[in-house]
Amino acid sequence: MSGSALVGVDIGSTTAKLVIRDGEQIIYRKYERHFSQVRTKTLQMLEDAESYLKDKEIKIAISGSAGLGLAEAAGIAFVQEVYATYALIKEREPGTDAVIELGGEDAKIIFLKGGVDERMNGTCAGGTGAFIDQMATLLNVTPDELDELSLQCEKIYPIASRCGVFAKTDIQPLINQGVQKSDIAASIYHAVVNQTIAGLAQGRRIEGKVVFLGGPLYYNKGLRKSFKEILKLDDAHAIFPDYALISVALGATIFASNQQETYSYEDILSSIRSTLSEKSKVNSMAPLFLTQADRDEFAARHAKENVEYADIKTYRGDAYLGIDCGSTTTKLVLMGAGKEILWSYYDSNKGNPVDVVKKQLLEVRSLCGENIRIAGSGVTGYGEQLIKNAFHVDKGLVETMAHFMAAKQFEPDVDFILDIGGQDIKCIKIKNNAVDSIMLNEACSSGCGSFIETFAKSMGYKAPEFALLGLDGDAPVDLGSRCTVFMNSSIKQAQKDGVSVENISAGLSVSVIKNAIYKVIRANSPTELGDHIVVQGGTFLNDAILRAFENEIGHPVIRPMIAGIMGAYGAAIYASESGIGESTLLSLDQLRNFTHTSKAAVCPGCTNHCSLTINTFSDGGKFISGNRCEKMNNGGKRKAEGLNLYEFKRKKLEEMFDSAAPDSDEAKASSNGKLTIGLPLQLGMYDLAPLWYGLFTDLGFRVKFSGFSSRNTYLAGQDSIPSDTACYPAKIMHGHIIKLVEEGVDAIFAPCLTYNLDENAGDNHYNCPIVAYYPELLKDNMDVLKQITYFQPFLNINDEKELAREFMMLMPESLGKFTEAQYLHAIRAGFERYHKYHEELRAEGERIVEEAHKRGMRIMVLAGRPYHVDPEINHGIDLLAESLGFAVITEDSIAYHVGRIPTKVLNQWTYHARLYSAAKYVTERDDMELVQLVSFGCGIDAITTDEVRAILEREGRIYTQIKIDEINNLSAVNIRLRSLLGALEMRDKEKQV
Amino acid sequence: MDEQGRVEFTKEMKKDYRILIPTMLPRHLKMLAALLNAYGYHAELLENTGKEVIDTGLKYVHNDACYPATLVVGQFISALNSGKYDVHKTALFFTQTGGGCRASNYISLIRKALVKAGYGYIPVISLNFVGLEKNSGFKLSIPMMRRMLYSVIYGDVLMVLCNQVKAHEIHKGEAEAMADKWTKLCVDQLKKPGILPYSRIKKTYVDIIRDYKTIELDGIDKVKVGIVGEIYVKFSPLANRFLENYLIEEGAEPNMAGLMDFALFYIYGRVLEYDMYRIHKKSIHILRLAYKIFVRKQQDIIDAIHKESDFDAPTPFAHTVALAKPYVNYGVKMGEGWLLVAEMVEHIDRGTNNIVITQPFGCLPNHIVGKGVMKVVKDRNPGVNLIAIDYDASASEINQQNRIKLLLANAKQEIGPGEKN
Repeated sequence: MSGSALVGVDIGSTTAKLVIRDGEQIIYRKYERHFSQVRTKTLQMLEDAESYLKDKEIKIAISGSAGLGLAEAAGIAFVQEVYATYALIKEREPGTDAVIELGGEDAKIIFLKGGVDERMNGTCAGGTGAFIDQMATLLNVTPDELDELSLQCEKIYPIASRCGVFAKTDIQPLINQGVQKSDIAASIYHAVVNQTIAGLAQGRRIEGKVVFLGGPLYYNKGLRKSFKEILKLDDAHAIFPDYALISVALGATIFASNQQETYSYEDILSSIRSTLSEKSKVNSMAPLFLTQADRDEFAARHAKENVEYADIKTYRGDAYLGIDCGSTTTKLVLMGAGKEILWSYYDSNKGNPVDVVKKQLLEVRSLCGENIRIAGSGVTGYGEQLIKNAFHVDKGLVETMAHFMAAKQFEPDVDFILDIGGQDIKCIKIKNNAVDSIMLNEACSSGCGSFIETFAKSMGYKAPEFALLGLDGDAPVDLGSRCTVFMNSSIKQAQKDGVSVENISAGLSVSVIKNAIYKVIRANSPTELGDHIVVQGGTFLNDAILRAFENEIGHPVIRPMIAGIMGAYGAAIYASESGIGESTLLSLDQLRNFTHTSKAAVCPGCTNHCSLTINTFSDGGKFISGNRCEKMNNGGKRKAEGLNLYEFKRKKLEEMFDSAAPDSDEAKASSNGKLTIGLPLQLGMYDLAPLWYGLFTDLGFRVKFSGFSSRNTYLAGQDSIPSDTACYPAKIMHGHIIKLVEEGVDAIFAPCLTYNLDENAGDNHYNCPIVAYYPELLKDNMDVLKQITYFQPFLNINDEKELAREFMMLMPESLGKFTEAQYLHAIRAGFERYHKYHEELRAEGERIVEEAHKRGMRIMVLAGRPYHVDPEINHGIDLLAESLGFAVITEDSIAYHVGRIPTKVLNQWTYHARLYSAAKYVTERDDMELVQLVSFGCGIDAITTDEVRAILEREGRIYTQIKIDEINNLSAVNIRLRSLLGALEMRDKEKQV
Repeated sequence: MDEQGRVEFTKEMKKDYRILIPTMLPRHLKMLAALLNAYGYHAELLENTGKEVIDTGLKYVHNDACYPATLVVGQFISALNSGKYDVHKTALFFTQTGGGCRASNYISLIRKALVKAGYGYIPVISLNFVGLEKNSGFKLSIPMMRRMLYSVIYGDVLMVLCNQVKAHEIHKGEAEAMADKWTKLCVDQLKKPGILPYSRIKKTYVDIIRDYKTIELDGIDKVKVGIVGEIYVKFSPLANRFLENYLIEEGAEPNMAGLMDFALFYIYGRVLEYDMYRIHKKSIHILRLAYKIFVRKQQDIIDAIHKESDFDAPTPFAHTVALAKPYVNYGVKMGEGWLLVAEMVEHIDRGTNNIVITQPFGCLPNHIVGKGVMKVVKDRNPGVNLIAIDYDASASEINQQNRIKLLLANAKQEIGPGEKN
């Protein structure tokens, strides 16, 4: 033996790191992607380092999430990675307050001061490094280019920071709207930083000296900049060490040095080699094909499903163009008069759909020449409006309709269409030749198609190649069926257990399919889907996915060979059936001169302050996107102004803020020496605001509301949120508290109400646990509350006298002393206001319904919780509905007509009872449609949505559900509401026939 | 079926229907099943487990519903599908607290799943003490309730002792085998007709404790880890992936409070509501009486353990209650409410500084009383290690284990942090 060596191995989710130390000196370091070949890779890396290890006395430790299994199997010491980091920082950077480490999919914070405290990302926090890679792919740049771009940004867009899937939902439309890539790049980094703060700090402030570790922070200058900006750190307090990349491995060497056991180089190699043959313990499933004959039959059957083709060079006459500007890909089809395909295009939109479409239009126009006349054009998909305006496309249609039109060509009796695209899953049920219902995936399970692509890339494969491997998997690994972020973790587990790429690929396909069937469609038997199923979307071009689907539902389905371009084909068919005559599509000359610029702006139109993207085209045309209402593209006018009960509610609340404002007459008159009580306007306060306002003003207090929420409200309080999976309305409460404290109120009142008002509409009258107790949570998680009097009493509001007694007992001394009679008087004054508010609401609701009748408008009952009125919580969905021509009313304006109804669930929450009653009322009226708003993470709505759906569908009505969260973009909501509109129109037509 | 979708469990059915009980606390519920049988029912504790149960649950329960609902439904439906039972002569059994979290709606979820799976005719019996659903064929008599209470106590005693011994036993498997043996003996005792004086129950505690003292222990000091959390995930190995066993394998000694605490929390919670809101006026006397009886019974266990052995005994409930006071308002009652906080502090109070908070992914009450109090508990008890672990069908085991490893690494102070700056 000649000398000794300390070896630290860190195997993370995507990379393996090896560090060799001789005493204090690092003599060897290596950082490589392991492409899920954890054990082989480790062995190879050690073999590569032979010259540093041979004939030495070695102490070794393994760390990292994917290293656990290897360490156990090889009998080598394992050190938990946060622990390894801790040891390293203590040694190298004394005086550090906090360490932030971002890895492939893990994010960690270690707080070192005031009690060591380590945090790792939970199950719902998306990846970080892998997430950035995924976003780069989305923008069609390398991670390095993304970094470069971010440094040139001008404007930051809000991107949901909760998890990768959410962020992607926000980013995709920005790309499609033509927002500058540099701005998107920087916004992505901002989202990562916010995610780290909200998801990990959980109420502990990140300050002092902070060390940043891990690959993403080592490589990305823009990300470092974002961290420094948001955490307000200067160069002396933000440390980016040169060992950032290998820190865990280096930390593992410290742990290794404390080990008793020493090894020879050969010992280590052989113990790792011995694990290679180890049988995996993971849950596996049956292979996609049991026999070669199955596989041949499958291939032959699907080869038959095709359309007619004709040669664009020899074809003469009219043709129709269809464009599908999807979330990640752009598709174009030129179709002849006999529905034959003359030409088609399918590719990634490269983050710039306008350029892609322009290039392809030039191409197709040139190919057409004099021989083919384009007699009509149609466009569908996420970028529909943009492309329609840019290129003067004749018709735009919602994508669900486009898919239906195309599917009919393959199966005239089609009764079910499943479309899995890059980002979304769409299920369309057809009844009586009309769209009966539509299901879109919620943000939580989206991203499936592009997920496979990105994952294939991360493992060093192209997507089709990766998919082909899946067909050969002999024992596909079971990866679960929740959202893709969870799958990432399951894959990590599979990697740990050394599962083959073939079996991961096959497993991924099965998971995507299970996700679609059981989560999006929520079917429990194949017969429920339909007898004539057409599957489409780019993802179904993947044979493994197709096979997994057939296996899961147990019978063959039709996958058109043009599965990837069905939307475009449908748009072409729609154009051909619309009797356009003369197409307005840009001519060859116009296309040659076409240019497009986009710039960001903030809409001054109302208090929503939408982030607009103004697209200007060379012909002087403009298209503004990012706006909730149609005002900007509709000559500054809203279509249904004044027929929106959400707006009315906000107006009534604003009147209350105004009369409570310090400079109002009412307040001035009584302000002498009066204390100011702050009321945070969120959760339960939305409904009960008039009660508490009336009560406290009657007692002689000045009252100050925190007002409506905005994105900034959320950001202001996000560092004190203890549970990042709570609903957005709860999380935004923190910002309301900050706002009130900053505005200098003397006290904040936020009551805890286990029981809400009993409206005699259910078995009980609870609040949900969050509405009931969130004020209690704030008490110990928000240090700013120590500066003022925080009054969060537990009250019974169903009995005036009892409530007065409780105030007598609980009112803090600092707020003064009142008699029971004074309280009772105030309580009665409060309830008077409360009831008056609800009466006004009902009266206005009735007025809107009447007015809508006069104008022949459809009425939408936008049903949710009282706090869904908040413009930041609903992101302007009421305005969007209005722009589509709906008059909008609320569930609480009609529920009272019905009262208690029999339900199959335990009807025990006041707000939810209103939903059931409202749904019942809607079934009795032909003029109303119900759309349910659901906050992401609302556990109660897992119960209510099924019940509301059942109430409506029992009477043959359409149920539409919209999930809302931090996501600020309404594109997906738009598709839903327009599909609803399309289905309603079709139904009306059927009725007339 | 009535308009709320409920099929009643009738007197006729009592004669020959088999009643299936889901596994939550295997030992407690095995005794409960035996007890029901002694009163003329035909109950059976389900023992099916594993992937089949989870997959079936996912198929029939809303994706956003919580994990316990998925597991309970999965266990029921896969049992019904197994062919082992005459599905036309089978009923299901589940508890309902009537509280404000969605757990009170598990019964509706079970019924919906039954309809979806084509078993809409199967009655589901709700065990609750707030008069939520009535079944003419299922009634609890006072003697029956008393014996149910005994089965809870036996279950707790066995759990408390088994956990303490299991982590230290020299001959692996002895503690479990002993618990199995006593479960059988207790079942025999409980199902025997005739008078069962409480003195005989007390005598049995002593016998159990003495028996456990005979197990040979290694005497090694192990890291103690307290487990608290949502009741189903905390107790059910199916839900928490055999957390107790995992901790023992990793060289730690798991600890958790028993079911009695939850029962006491439930009763006392209503007494508190009377004090706070003046509701439950009609039942307040009975509630206070029941509380007294339960406290008394718990004290008997504590006394027996102290008298007979050096084993750790449960904490007297009044003390548990008092411990929560500086942290959370007693008005927080949904789910495990303030009890969850109390149990955390109780562990710390007993010198167990490492605590795993188990909860279903997205559990609403746990936002408040789990993750919501971690900051204040840590602030006031420096040096305490707390981790929250979310459980659901797709949560990766490696992530969970990794976090537990972190907790244990901290606890064992392998590199010697622990010194606080």
